[in-house]
Amino acid sequence: MSTAVSSRAAASPETVALVRRAQRRVGRRQTLVTAVLGALVVIAFSLSLSLGEFPVPVVHAIPMAFGYGDPASVWVVQELRLPRAVLAAAVGLAFGMSGAIFQSVARNPLASPDVLGVTAGGSMVAVFGLTVLGASGVRLSLFASVGALLTAVLIYVLGYRRGLSTYRLVLVGIGIGAVAAAVTQYLWAIALYHDAATVAVWLSGSLNGRGWESIVPLVVQLCVFVPAAFMLRKPLLGLELGDDSASAIGIRVQGARALLILVGVAFAGAGVGAAGPVAFVAFVSAPIARRVARAPGPVLLASGFLGALLVLVSDLLGRYALPDSEIPVGVITGIVGAPYLLWLLTRTNRAGQGD
Amino acid sequence: MPDKEIDVTAHSHTDDLVEMQMPSEPIPVHPDDDCRLIGRSLRLGYDAGDIVDDLDIDIPTGRITMLVGANACGKSTTLRALARLLKPRGGAVTIDGKDVHAMSTKSLATKVGILPQTPTAPDGITVADLVGRGRYPHQKWFRQWSAEDQEVVAWALEATGIEAIAERPVDGLSGGQRQRVWIAMALAQQTEVLLLDEPTTYLDVHHQVDVLDLIVQLNQEQGRTIAVVLHDLNLACRYGHHLLAMKNGEIVAQGAPSAVVTEELVDEVFGLRSKVIQDPVSHTPLVVPIGRHAGF
Repeated sequence: MSTAVSSRAAASPETVALVRRAQRRVGRRQTLVTAVLGALVVIAFSLSLSLGEFPVPVVHAIPMAFGYGDPASVWVVQELRLPRAVLAAAVGLAFGMSGAIFQSVARNPLASPDVLGVTAGGSMVAVFGLTVLGASGVRLSLFASVGALLTAVLIYVLGYRRGLSTYRLVLVGIGIGAVAAAVTQYLWAIALYHDAATVAVWLSGSLNGRGWESIVPLVVQLCVFVPAAFMLRKPLLGLELGDDSASAIGIRVQGARALLILVGVAFAGAGVGAAGPVAFVAFVSAPIARRVARAPGPVLLASGFLGALLVLVSDLLGRYALPDSEIPVGVITGIVGAPYLLWLLTRTNRAGQGD
Repeated sequence: MPDKEIDVTAHSHTDDLVEMQMPSEPIPVHPDDDCRLIGRSLRLGYDAGDIVDDLDIDIPTGRITMLVGANACGKSTTLRALARLLKPRGGAVTIDGKDVHAMSTKSLATKVGILPQTPTAPDGITVADLVGRGRYPHQKWFRQWSAEDQEVVAWALEATGIEAIAERPVDGLSGGQRQRVWIAMALAQQTEVLLLDEPTTYLDVHHQVDVLDLIVQLNQEQGRTIAVVLHDLNLACRYGHHLLAMKNGEIVAQGAPSAVVTEELVDEVFGLRSKVIQDPVSHTPLVVPIGRHAGF
């Protein structure tokens, strides 16, 4: 009788080849989808730079953003359009990755930061900062992030009981989101006339008139959070198996989950701080990316790209759908996202899912 | 702790009427002799109240241990504590003398594999991919898949006989196949100890026997230490070297199934009147319930 397990397992070469092939296929599809989405983001970005009252050729748009071209066009692209395009892409990326992390950690497509009320909490504190303390730029972004974090902690504490039930999490989140929305409404109602107008635009999720002072903090935050998210990718894959199985394969469940939620909240807070609660981008990006990639796990970068694409395209639509007026980007994304939420709710109910 | 130690040689059937993989090694008379996974003075429970109070438990190395008992007797809770899925309120679980709660989660995951009661697979994941996730404790976060990882996954697929369905999505598999996939994932961790929490629940009798045969095979081929929480007392008797019968959070009997399973024990543990006869196939105890309406 041997008491030790043979350390070197012997398998037939065919099975090894099979395993390698299966893994490569999943990996290749994900890489391909990510690359295609990245290319689409570049195209939408170029369109955003080129279209307007003074159009420039699409293919020259990006070189112009770097200062190559005739001075008039370069000025238009760099000064008038570049901030908006960068903001759209960065906000979309932030919300897309935030949603991917949240939905994977909670193992529920409903558990995105906008449905859970995390963005609503961030908005509430940001509106407080905006109306009561007159915050803007970096300070406004900070208010939004702190608000999102506090809301997430509250939801987690109230939703946690002997493990994390995603069902309870979603219910608690919706409740807290409603409270946050009500407080936001109140702050808005008592705000001074000038502030109230700013709040109205901000709350609908708008990219209009945001300068570099709200873009730079967002980009800096992304430079920190994107690598952080990738470092946590493997534990995230494990957490998708459920607490027990994740723990069984050696993941420190509580610690990994807390870190991941922190990064997900940070993304959401950064997005809200820069552009307001752009509706449903976090909610729809990851499931679509995941479906397209046919991925069994979170596709972080693809979700981020999809979010960026969604915001860029929605912004273009908002700018040109109606003559002589502009629809805030959040309104367009809301029009896209709301039917998906309804569809998901009916489907979830029918299948009796949600533990 | 009551510990019924009865001479196990009294029950030694050698006639091989039916050829089957049966646990055949001699059963250790003193389980403490060779136990690397043990629990001492365990106090376990959830929210309010303790389910287990002051329990000592030994899982004999290289054998199949079956934990049996009525519902809510604490057998699953005890297994969860051994697997570190539940932190004891008192006492300690040790492996090779080391407290499992003082070890890193990863290094424990290379020693003890666990199949939880109702594992959930992510949507659309394929068999090979899910089994591959069992390699996590052997991987560094910056390192990609190694040739060894692939080899071990392939071996785990073969050992559980699921290499033919390696590329299929887990969602579409039958309950029995899915259970094999989860066992394969635990095998990919390459642990010497394997803990299974009711691996046959929701399976029909054919697949129950299938899974238990696989467990015996894993024990025989690699000498793995295996502990299983099982509802079916007869299958537990047939497939276990060592039986732990629990009631109200205490071990009321332990030893070889043929030595400890008696009509009195079944009555005590399950509150069931029964006849204990010999299983004509495996020659292990077979519990035949009497019930209220039997007129014989």
